[in-house]
Amino acid sequence: MRKTVVIAFLNFICALCVFAQDAPLSGSLAEQDSALAAVGHGRLDSMQYIQNVIIYGRRPYEEVIPAQVLTGRQLEGLNSHSVADAVRYFAGVQLKDYGGVGGLKTVDIRSMGTNHLGVFYDGIQIGNAQNGQVDLGKFSLDNIEEISLYNGQRSSIFQSAKDYGSAGTIYLRTRRPKFTQGKRDNFNVSFKTGSFGLVNPSVRWEHKVNKHLSLSFNSEFTYATGQYHFRYRKHYSDGTLAWDTTAVRRNGEVRSWRVEGALFGVMSRGQWHAKAYFYDSSKGIPGAIVNNVWKHAQKQWDCNFFVQGAFQRHLTDRYELMVNAKYSRDYLHYLNPDTTLMYIDNKFWQDEIYISTANKYTILTDWDVNLSVDYQWNSLDATLTGFGYPIRHTVLTALATAWSWHGFKAQGSLLYTLVNDRSSARSGGVVVGKMNRYSNKVTPAVFLSWQPWLERDFNLRAYYKRIFRMPTFNDLYYTDMGNISLNPEYATQYNVGFLYRLLTDRGLLAGIKLSGDAYYNYITDKIIAVPKGTGQYRWMMMNVGKVKIRGVDVSARTTLRFPADVIMDINLSYTYQRAQDYTNPADNEDGGTYKGQLAYIPWHSGSVVGHLNWHDFDLNYSFIYVGERYHTSANTRENHEQPWYTHDLSAGYLFHLGKTTTLKVSGEVNNLFNQYYDVILNYPMPGRNYKLILKFDI
Amino acid sequence: MKSILHIMGLFLVVLTLLTGCREEETIFLPEHVPVAQPEYSDIEGFYLLCEGNMGWNKATLDYYDYAAGEYIRNIFSYANPNVPKEMGDVGNDIGIYGSNLFCVINCSNKVDVLDKYTCRKKYQIDIPNCRFIRFFGGYAYVTSYAGPVQINPNYEQRGYVAKIDTVTMQIVDTCLVGFQPDELEIVNGKIYVANSGGYMVPNYENTLSVIDVATFKEERRIPIAINLQWVKGDIHGMLWVASRGDYYTKPSKIYAYDTRKNQLVDSIDCRVSNMWLHGDSLYVVSTEWSYVSMSNHFSYAIINTQTREKVCDNFITDGSDSEIVIPYAVAVNPLSGDIYVTDAKDYVSPGRLYCFDRYGVKKWDVRTGDIPAHFVFLGTNVNEN
Repeated sequence: MRKTVVIAFLNFICALCVFAQDAPLSGSLAEQDSALAAVGHGRLDSMQYIQNVIIYGRRPYEEVIPAQVLTGRQLEGLNSHSVADAVRYFAGVQLKDYGGVGGLKTVDIRSMGTNHLGVFYDGIQIGNAQNGQVDLGKFSLDNIEEISLYNGQRSSIFQSAKDYGSAGTIYLRTRRPKFTQGKRDNFNVSFKTGSFGLVNPSVRWEHKVNKHLSLSFNSEFTYATGQYHFRYRKHYSDGTLAWDTTAVRRNGEVRSWRVEGALFGVMSRGQWHAKAYFYDSSKGIPGAIVNNVWKHAQKQWDCNFFVQGAFQRHLTDRYELMVNAKYSRDYLHYLNPDTTLMYIDNKFWQDEIYISTANKYTILTDWDVNLSVDYQWNSLDATLTGFGYPIRHTVLTALATAWSWHGFKAQGSLLYTLVNDRSSARSGGVVVGKMNRYSNKVTPAVFLSWQPWLERDFNLRAYYKRIFRMPTFNDLYYTDMGNISLNPEYATQYNVGFLYRLLTDRGLLAGIKLSGDAYYNYITDKIIAVPKGTGQYRWMMMNVGKVKIRGVDVSARTTLRFPADVIMDINLSYTYQRAQDYTNPADNEDGGTYKGQLAYIPWHSGSVVGHLNWHDFDLNYSFIYVGERYHTSANTRENHEQPWYTHDLSAGYLFHLGKTTTLKVSGEVNNLFNQYYDVILNYPMPGRNYKLILKFDI
Repeated sequence: MKSILHIMGLFLVVLTLLTGCREEETIFLPEHVPVAQPEYSDIEGFYLLCEGNMGWNKATLDYYDYAAGEYIRNIFSYANPNVPKEMGDVGNDIGIYGSNLFCVINCSNKVDVLDKYTCRKKYQIDIPNCRFIRFFGGYAYVTSYAGPVQINPNYEQRGYVAKIDTVTMQIVDTCLVGFQPDELEIVNGKIYVANSGGYMVPNYENTLSVIDVATFKEERRIPIAINLQWVKGDIHGMLWVASRGDYYTKPSKIYAYDTRKNQLVDSIDCRVSNMWLHGDSLYVVSTEWSYVSMSNHFSYAIINTQTREKVCDNFITDGSDSEIVIPYAVAVNPLSGDIYVTDAKDYVSPGRLYCFDRYGVKKWDVRTGDIPAHFVFLGTNVNEN
């Protein structure tokens, strides 16, 4: 009986996955869940093999705790322009959004701070040694196929040492060329326009050179005036209007250009890819709206370039090798020409060289070990007086093992990090002193999962991880406030949770997925700015912060199949977080910060995403809720921020113009109920806005 | 299967209950905090202007009412409920002249003129990057960093002093001074302006500008020390000038300049963040960063302006100075001699105000707005600061 159920179950998954290749279901459970997909795409030579796969679980190197994933149509349906907009739908994520098309958008997982988040682009981390923050608003979704979020780390052991090195990780995967039978070229042209004066054309070409090699080329241009109306108002306590003002957000003009080229190769028992990325932008910084100041003049120019490659191959049946390498150069120019403020014209250049090898050896069928060694070199150059020209060498070594037995899976890893920082003290351009500092740490992580009933896809899971983030170049060397004696900032995480998945074909319900996690994070030696000496706005970076975060993430997903080929997906996610500031026990009077909720962390947040598909027609609805919060950990009424929530709607229709030629026309309405809100104090967000998208595929 | 859908439905319902809806923002009502017994004198109260962190638009005005013994927090928006975006960004100075209370709001590029009793806003004078204010002969004088820009390789921008007619509330004249002028003082027909050069790091200014009140022209510059901030004139014609130092090798310091002899007569080795003249005593609070201990060192000093000597290193005598995180400003009630010291904490949290009697014993303390910094006493014959 059990066996029959198992086989039926598997058959269904396979059917679903095969179906998913070109059917509208591709945004649903089968594609979303990488573990299931892996089974679905497996080599189904015999029933015996399938049975093994099911009973003994997946190969031990697969993830112990799966990611939250957004992919394909789901991603398309979210009305998101940038990666930052899309990741808001993950449980446990908080976005700091300064508003507008070009506004800074950074992400924070489970309140640990954006510096603890690793962002990987096609398998290799995007660094920013200067301030440790990756602006996810810069990454458009145009060329992104999949976004996945891992708490702790990706619990698959065959990965570079850097994959072990953050408290949470977002992986961005760009589109891989796929060719239907007999096709050698794919062309895609898209054009987006709408509110904020947006003009956003993009082209993509994929070419199959031979069966071992394909290439892709993608370029996108974005222009927006960045202008939108915003509104602030206040009422008397009896509800009558006290003041109400509407103005236009200015100095938000953005002009950016991105070009990417990539080569993809396959070989026997292996694959490789190489890519080059170029991004150039100029934008206004709209700034804070304060009394009597309704526009700003600050400008920023960015130029980012990198080349990277990855190679992966089974050298023997038991030994698999992966090599990653990258070179990147980043340029940043900041100008404040506002004559009512201090004139600033600073330029920064960052270089990074990175190389990594991962070596996996299979000891027994269910027992793998992996050794990864990474080396990275960073430098920062700036047009600041008395700048220290810092250089950082980092060697990361990760030793990991994964083991599975019946429904039980375990993974343990140790990461050894060795960092050497060098800089010089200068006076009038002359080197007057040199700094050379080493620090090294060993940090562990353990991931466990257990499937108590083999016939049910119900998993209990738990992890523990201790990791740190290095002080950034700004923390260490920024003129005046930098502190070269800073230590790393630690994050310790404990997590327990469950995952339940069900695929069925009975009734309306096609599948369901439920997951829940409870966690406790402890941040020590948190690097914060402490007031220093005489005068205002003088700070020193110090390792004094202490934060405790207790939270719950819950998410649910279901696929419903109605008659007449109507398919509906619903995704719910909810996060509760109590993130308390334990830095200063003496500051516990009224309005004190001790045990106060951290700045900008809501107690409650969540999202609802619905997707309805009928043949070539798509309808999407998404809702984001961020509850009340405070903009500092002194939780007083003056620091209180109202909840905000937006409803977004989009609809699209796919026209078939030829055998393989299609045109998709979609329209979006975002912030449907025109709510005026701030995510960050005094940075107004847009009200209702529109977008029209034309996508042409040949 | 239905049960699972029910669970999901329930989940949604629970979420809706847990989470709250957005409400209309309302005007803050002042918070009245009783802190002391009523006192009756010619001084009715004092205003305390809280700066608020830059970009946060959180300059707030608090008031202490002696007759009620009440500290009243955040009174501006209640007094002016129709002013969009409240008081503004970074309150930098405050003063009373005639029936008006002048509030210099640095990053909102304006001076608000309020009724000194009701705090209702009567006028707004736009002055970019305005810093400090003084009054003399029917005019208000305001320093500003934002003079004309000289497009040379160093992008230099001199500051100026604006002369405001306090009847028409119009700027009638301006006078260029040094780079980034801060506090100013008016003694015997001359305006003395502390030039800081704070934007020119490491090439700080080191002079006082002297402007003749009658001609409103800069007459000369007096070299004192680098990065000047405060200048206070005592009744003997002595100017007490504070230099911020360069934050590295040169510490902050106090200088005495005699306007009658036109010479720098003394320097007092005393760290200074803020100071207040009370009779022949100069009360000085300071925070000094030590790169050795990697912490702040505090002092609460009194300087005798006649002998020009430090008479006391800690005017807080009951040990309650240990409660203060970052002493930021000091004021003394001209009649009772009660001493007020503010604590700016981490600059982004609400600060605190501590009241000590003339012997340095704590009487009370209370929460204030963010970065409580600038005092002015309200009463008869006490409007000179």
